Amino acid sequence: MWKTIVRRVLLMIPQMFVLSLFIFILAKQMPGDPFTGLITPETSPARLEELRIQAGFYDPWYVQYYHWITNAFQGDFGRSYTYKIAVSTLIGERGLNTFWLSLLSAIFIYLIAIPLGVLAGRYQESFLDKSITLYSFISYAIPTFVLSLIFVFIFGYKLMWFPTSGTVDVGLEPGTMAYYWNKIYHLLLPALTYAILGTTATIQYLRSEIIDAKTQDYVKTARSKGIPMRKVYTRHIFRNSLLPIAAFLGFTITGLLAGSIFIETIYGFPGMGQLFINSIMSRDYSVITALVMLYGFLTLLGSLLSDIIMSIVDPRIRID
Amino acid sequence: MEQQNNEMVKFENSPPTGMQVVLREFKKDKLAIISFLGITFLIIGFLVAAMFLNQEEILKIKLLERYTEPGVNGYKLGTDEAGRDMLGQLVIGAKNSILIAFAITIITSIAGIGLGIVMGYYGGFIDNLFMRITEFFMTLPNLMVIIVFVTIIPKYGIFELILIISLFQWMSTARLVRSKALSEGRRDYVSASKTMGTSDFAIMFKGILPNLSSILIVELTLNFAGNVGIETGLSFLGFGLPPSTPSLGTLVNYARNPIVLSEKWWVWLPASILILILMLGINYVGQALRRAADAKQRIG
Repeated sequence: MWKTIVRRVLLMIPQMFVLSLFIFILAKQMPGDPFTGLITPETSPARLEELRIQAGFYDPWYVQYYHWITNAFQGDFGRSYTYKIAVSTLIGERGLNTFWLSLLSAIFIYLIAIPLGVLAGRYQESFLDKSITLYSFISYAIPTFVLSLIFVFIFGYKLMWFPTSGTVDVGLEPGTMAYYWNKIYHLLLPALTYAILGTTATIQYLRSEIIDAKTQDYVKTARSKGIPMRKVYTRHIFRNSLLPIAAFLGFTITGLLAGSIFIETIYGFPGMGQLFINSIMSRDYSVITALVMLYGFLTLLGSLLSDIIMSIVDPRIRID
Repeated sequence: MEQQNNEMVKFENSPPTGMQVVLREFKKDKLAIISFLGITFLIIGFLVAAMFLNQEEILKIKLLERYTEPGVNGYKLGTDEAGRDMLGQLVIGAKNSILIAFAITIITSIAGIGLGIVMGYYGGFIDNLFMRITEFFMTLPNLMVIIVFVTIIPKYGIFELILIISLFQWMSTARLVRSKALSEGRRDYVSASKTMGTSDFAIMFKGILPNLSSILIVELTLNFAGNVGIETGLSFLGFGLPPSTPSLGTLVNYARNPIVLSEKWWVWLPASILILILMLGINYVGQALRRAADAKQRIG
């Protein structure tokens, strides 16, 4: 078990190396440089050249890559040109916002998907099952940005139930109860959008797990011992079917990250996805490379995590 | 009688994987037939309508008529901030989005099928090498990398966009075809062909490929829906088609202006609903095909 985990982690190193090289070269090809945005009537072209040389702008790419990767290993991804702070601090700040959003979304996903999946499996082929299947089909097919826009339009602008941008209202004292409540209030609509889009896999999986379990021997045994069907569902089938759902956690994390670009842009939520789009606009290389690396790393980590959880909950599955 | 016997023998010997079985199963699903016909008419309708539209006339800026409401001055769906007819833009945008998604689907399918069959058929070193490459592409955060690519290409249009998206969308087809070709390549008919001296190329594309057709038609349909989503999504973010070329995504992009989003619904809502209809319809057809191709899920 540990051996395979260590091997998988070691395998991630070459993958991350190739990814870093790929992304670094790509970012260097981007037109314009971050300094062109800084030109004011006071800065002389000579001073600008000096800045460029100082930042290592004219070094060959492999020298720049070497500097970047050695610094990255020490947690230093350089400074953001637009925000004037260290990239790690910036991503840390934005990442925390994205983290809370993802956490709330994950909670919503399971709150919606588990009851629906169980009901659909239990009352297979009923009207309820068909409605749930229809719901999960629509949530699977609808593009993230279309659903988000329609939600902002209806719940944000027409019904005015939810705020349409930001993480917290201005003028609230940090640390107070009202402040935290307001923060959660801002998270609700984006998290709900996320959750609706993310439920499909869990519902479908849970449904088919439960349908499979119905014919298993342990269910027959329980029934013949005289346990009422209701209890068989809540005690026996549910527990057995729920374990594999835990394994989806890794993929859920990855899915949430991919969606964050659209959701955060539309809801004006200052997380990592929005930061990425803004950095692309302002040619902020150091932020772009660090973010793509981080997303690539999290994708790898997500699939590793899923495999590990899967092998813990179901020892028949071996990872290698 | 003899003919019937022959048919029975044929049925027993070859597992029902052919396209005919899929189509036969598909025809039993009424809703799937309706959505298939609906989507086909919709797509053909938009393509034909776009041919008769004067694109230059529609995209001409008429500032006096900006944000005309639907129904006023003969604009059935109103106008945008530059006074351009939204209905005309919707038709042209739909045409562009559909054709782009179509082109991406064709390119990624050719690449994915070709690579997948070669990997699965030859196995060994070739399989290992290309599998590592495929895995690398799969771990990339695709959306981000596509956006970075789009900003690098200095002068890009429809053609470049299709190539960039295709570059990062071939992996799932390649993996699917590889795994199927791997098991198919061990079957007797392949060994028989080999002993008879059939060339590898003929075995791969005339022997194995037709046997994968039912799975591929599902994959292609679902990919097509996915590609509509990717192109419109990128255009929505502002990294797809340039604003001068309407796509369903660039029309929805107007909604990033809060005033348009909250008050000028006719600018972005029709395009959003059209994307939704396309996605639901194509995906439904795809899933019905999948059910038809999967013996376990047949309606009967």
